[in-house]
Amino acid sequence: MRAVAAGSVEAVAVIDLVDEPLDLESRAWLADLRATGAAHDAAVARLHALLLRAARFETARRRPTLPHLRGDELDDIALEAADDALVSVLRRLDDFRGASRFTTWAYKFALLEAAVKLRKRAWQAREVPLEPESWQLFAGGTAPDEAAARSELVSAVRIAVATELTPHQHRVLVALALNGVPIDVLADRLGTTRGALYKTLHDARRRLRAALAESGLDLEEMG
Amino acid sequence: MKDDKKLHALLGPAGPEVGCDDCFELLDRYVEAELAGGDADALLPGVRAHLAGCPACREEHESLRALVAESF
Repeated sequence: MRAVAAGSVEAVAVIDLVDEPLDLESRAWLADLRATGAAHDAAVARLHALLLRAARFETARRRPTLPHLRGDELDDIALEAADDALVSVLRRLDDFRGASRFTTWAYKFALLEAAVKLRKRAWQAREVPLEPESWQLFAGGTAPDEAAARSELVSAVRIAVATELTPHQHRVLVALALNGVPIDVLADRLGTTRGALYKTLHDARRRLRAALAESGLDLEEMG
Repeated sequence: MKDDKKLHALLGPAGPEVGCDDCFELLDRYVEAELAGGDADALLPGVRAHLAGCPACREEHESLRALVAESF
């Protein structure tokens, strides 16, 4: 069907996605959503209910991390996410090729919409820190030799972060990886996309790894 | 360990990975392969590495997996 690797941040083996035979339930979903009149309207209503269930699942999962949001605010976010996901699913209906169940494919749109809205809501009134705030979290290992090795690595990482990156890479890496700013929030503030930001983060990480390897540091344990 | 998490967040995954957009495209198939007990990483190379390096996609993967698992 398509070579998914085209938009990858790094070359991976080309994935050959062939059209899969649709299961009966997925085939019924597509037929109903492509119908006209009352059958179409009923299918859209069922799809919206499915997406709202997924969005509420996401808001419920994240509720403990969002104590300042009331239940009705969370439900408003879920409803908005389901509405937006419905538009996305209907617009992309022809992209569904049966690689998964239709419901699994549709769920991911609602979960994405809900997750992005919740992250943005959590950071709504917060300043996005673009300078390192968290170097002090590197406290070193427990054993003395481990602590010394870790200290050397952390020191080399600090130097590499300060010297190897472009200003934009530095800003993005620090915000995302060091200060824990959600990627959607940073993309919003910088007027860019999540995909573009991750590409910048990926390139910055590659430069750091290359610099550390040149310094003779063993990064094996870092995966 | 907090230090390792921070270092991993800075350095990211070592191997090739897909980007956020491709991860989203593949996520439904990846999750169903996982839940079916298949080798999702071999089927869709680069997704697992991306999930290790991208907290947002990782959260969405965990949610989709948990939601689909209820009826799989």
